[in-house]
Amino acid sequence: MTAAGVKGPSLAGFTPAGLAGVALAAAVMITPLLWTVGLSLKPNFELMRDTSSVFGPPYTLENYRAILANSNVFRWVFNSTVVSLSTTFGVLALSSLAGYAFARLEFRGRRALFVAVLLGLAIPEQAVIIARHQMFSALHLHNTYPGLILPGLSAPFGVFLMTQYFRGIPVELDEAALLDGASHFTIFWKVLLPLTLPAQATLGIFTFLASWNDYWWPLISATRSSMFTLTVGVASSQMNFAQTSGLGYLMAQAVFASVPILIVYALFQQHIVRAVAGAATR
Amino acid sequence: MSAGDGYRGRGGLVGYLFAGPYLVAYGALLVYPLLAGMALSLHKADLFGGREFVAFENYRRLVSDTVFRQAVGNTLYFTLLTVPALTVISLALALALNKAGRLAAFFRGVFFSSSVLSVTIVTLIWRFVLTPDGGLIANGLKAAGRAPIPFLSDPHLALPGIALTTVWWCLGLPMMLFLAGLQQIPGELYEAAALDGTSAWRTFWRITLPLIGRTLLVVVLIESVMQFQLFGQSQIMTQGGPNGASRPIVLFIYEVAFRRWDVGYAASASEVLFALILLASALQYAATRERRR
Repeated sequence: MTAAGVKGPSLAGFTPAGLAGVALAAAVMITPLLWTVGLSLKPNFELMRDTSSVFGPPYTLENYRAILANSNVFRWVFNSTVVSLSTTFGVLALSSLAGYAFARLEFRGRRALFVAVLLGLAIPEQAVIIARHQMFSALHLHNTYPGLILPGLSAPFGVFLMTQYFRGIPVELDEAALLDGASHFTIFWKVLLPLTLPAQATLGIFTFLASWNDYWWPLISATRSSMFTLTVGVASSQMNFAQTSGLGYLMAQAVFASVPILIVYALFQQHIVRAVAGAATR
Repeated sequence: MSAGDGYRGRGGLVGYLFAGPYLVAYGALLVYPLLAGMALSLHKADLFGGREFVAFENYRRLVSDTVFRQAVGNTLYFTLLTVPALTVISLALALALNKAGRLAAFFRGVFFSSSVLSVTIVTLIWRFVLTPDGGLIANGLKAAGRAPIPFLSDPHLALPGIALTTVWWCLGLPMMLFLAGLQQIPGELYEAAALDGTSAWRTFWRITLPLIGRTLLVVVLIESVMQFQLFGQSQIMTQGGPNGASRPIVLFIYEVAFRRWDVGYAASASEVLFALILLASALQYAATRERRR
């Protein structure tokens, strides 16, 4: 089973039993997805009679056509895109600036402030969400894009990550630039920032994913259907299951809603794995 | 005066300029709501701005609230249902997939893929896997000549049903953490064991498990904190029912705060949850520190 297992080149390093076990587990893993895709390709009236009709034709794209005709889903995808991209950009900017300051600049209270930020890693969303909701109500920020974007900017993980990364860059680089008369901003922008690209990629992908899949805050902040993110929109349609046009339509919506994030996953698989594992163990 | 001194010496104001934007966001959107939430938990407060200081009355109410006590019990039960299962299954997958080559990489991709889906997509899929009314499992049981199982409408099966969904959804992260841990083990150890003719089973217990002990601890703690915060699956799949049998603490907070608008009381419940999570986080911190030393 382990690295010392029998080497069979035809089985790509797997033992026969190991390969069979893994393949079986993978089949169990994928079956719910195939079931969903299958249901999405069936006419609703047929599913109402018997869902086992999914195992044979006729199949139809009618449910997907119904989604394309429903403008709400596109609005939700658009909202999610705006919110996730803005959050990602904001987190990258704030974390890089702060990371540079904590790693390279001397200012009163730096050490204490950095410890305070690190302690923030232990604050769960549940401990702040009620007061934050009241605060955003008072500021009339609910059902607006800033209302959905701003809370994500306070997450301390990015500052922690960027500070660590800046600290790993040899300080001789800045000193040489300083002797040439470069300003702190020039050093930050021209000399150091380009070297942090790997950390930017990790942080950016992690933030995008977390923002795209966030559920609780958009659920209570965006109460108007036109301001739903995709995650909240998909929840609202299944809550109204009795009123919607049927099972096949709902399943088509699940498939449709999965596509954007699965494309991101396919493109950045290695980065995503590293980012998520890194954030968990920080 | 060396370049280093001058560099550090005149950085005072510049430091605040660089760190300032984040610190403002941190103070306004995290620290302030945290403190305001603590203050809120000592008040009887409603949606319309009515606020009356009641000291620890909300906490006293929590202790005797059978709905809250049931939610605490449900949360602990759910954590017990998911964390051991997640740990064992993801460790087995990591052991099987800890090898080079495209096939192993493909399988790793398959087992991680569900982790990138949002909770609302996962619950949408699983409601129609679990439903006795023509769900995937019900179809399988029917083919085997058995009666369907009413997972989400039976009080004894609602949380196990949600746990099954959650294990499917969350397997990817612990698997990747275990793979990272396994990568740290020197290959010579396995070569030596193979030369001695040690069985795979013995190799696992004598070499692998002791060497990934820290990873194991970190996985258990991370997953405990995560699963302790169960919310979306219950809120969407069962609305906490039947009869509160699948209502976790976070759903209790959500309902009290945003359905009944008894925000002071909800804040006190969130402080209790915060204390429990802080405890687990402290353990995790201690565990990772040991490991890094």
